[in-house]
Amino acid sequence: MIKKGSPGFWSGFGVALVIGWLAFPRILYRSLEQPVQFSHAIHTGETVGMTCDGCHTFSNDGRFAGIPTLVQCAGCHADVVGETEAEEHFVKEYIKQRREVPWHVYARQPDNAHFSHADHVNVGGIVCERCHGSHGTSGSLRPFEENRISGYSRDIWGANISGVKSNAWEGMKMNDCVACHNENNHRSACLDCHK
Amino acid sequence: MDQATVKQSRYGMAIDLDRCTGCGACLMACAVENNVSPGRPTVNERTGTTWMRVIEVQDGRAFPAAETAFIPMMCQQCEEETPCVSVCPQNAVEVDPETGIVGQIPQRCLGCRYCMTACPYHARYYNWWDPQWPEGMEKALNPDVAPRMRGVVEKCNFCHGRLHDARAKAAAKGSREINPTDYIPACVESCPVQAITFGDLNDEAADVARQAKSERAFRFLSRLGTEPKVYYLSGRSWVQRLADRELARSKKETVHG
Repeated sequence: MIKKGSPGFWSGFGVALVIGWLAFPRILYRSLEQPVQFSHAIHTGETVGMTCDGCHTFSNDGRFAGIPTLVQCAGCHADVVGETEAEEHFVKEYIKQRREVPWHVYARQPDNAHFSHADHVNVGGIVCERCHGSHGTSGSLRPFEENRISGYSRDIWGANISGVKSNAWEGMKMNDCVACHNENNHRSACLDCHK
Repeated sequence: MDQATVKQSRYGMAIDLDRCTGCGACLMACAVENNVSPGRPTVNERTGTTWMRVIEVQDGRAFPAAETAFIPMMCQQCEEETPCVSVCPQNAVEVDPETGIVGQIPQRCLGCRYCMTACPYHARYYNWWDPQWPEGMEKALNPDVAPRMRGVVEKCNFCHGRLHDARAKAAAKGSREINPTDYIPACVESCPVQAITFGDLNDEAADVARQAKSERAFRFLSRLGTEPKVYYLSGRSWVQRLADRELARSKKETVHG
């Protein structure tokens, strides 16, 4: 038997840590490239100057559009307007063929979670950046990391495998929702957020 | 902003049994709204899933004088000593203090079915199989309600998905108070004779609160003291006398969808 504190113990401990912290996340998640490289920075930057709600709109009944559909993109991109390869690909493969882009949605929650953007934005007064960080000014779309078992986005658990986080966008588990709700004394019945 | 400013509601129903014709539109509307899958060919009363049943009862007299009543029966949303809540080992059932709705969380449920035993109304159903829809029908599923999986219990929650929608609609206008007309469960909406009234029992002006106080109103098994929030109305004394009887086994249930 290996004694606690002996070199054998520590090397085994080290191996277990490496497997748990480094190897396991690589096995658990697979990396998928987005079908189109989209730059938020170009759209929200000075030349175009769009705002978040220019594309990510609410309808009158409070439903949130999420990622805009092709129709909205086609308003400007009926033909190639920029010079990038990504745009040429987008116009040729999707706009011209009237095919919706099968985006991998970083923030998509499991089926049984109900989240109302209208509640949080209109009533709660939370700004987009509070939960989505600097996504709106990012120059490119990072690879989507999919949990091989559940199919969920890695953004749900968060990049840090230990679950420790300091910003809202670093994890969107139920506990993270509950923590903020408790802090602000908001609704906390199961069915308020589950469907 | 804080919870104290939100109105406390007690959602309830009043079902007029003298109006109900037993057509079953409420059953279908319920199943469609809540993604209850059609039963497999082998299901029976015990193994099928339906959040609502229509129970047929007769007064026992011979043919020309015989009378029939139909009793739509779903979760009665017990408020006190809620039997299913008190027995659940998983904390998978709770009464929402803000709405009075008894919520069932399938993801927490371990499938022990203790709640089904505890429920005096047989309003809870166990998923013996994963849900299956005929090809093409899965495209018509309601995105506001998550389908349940094999091995968990489910039941009526007053179409809670519609409450989410009503809240979102209110939030679009910057309000936390929903418009009562935006939140109507599917069974209420579908009833061709408007036998079912739904609303906030705390709201004195609401139709449902007025009907619940009517002298025709009664609740099933009220002697148990669970304070159900579904009221039934009938002017027929033999129907009223059924209130204290066990009804669930009296006639076959519609479980084949």
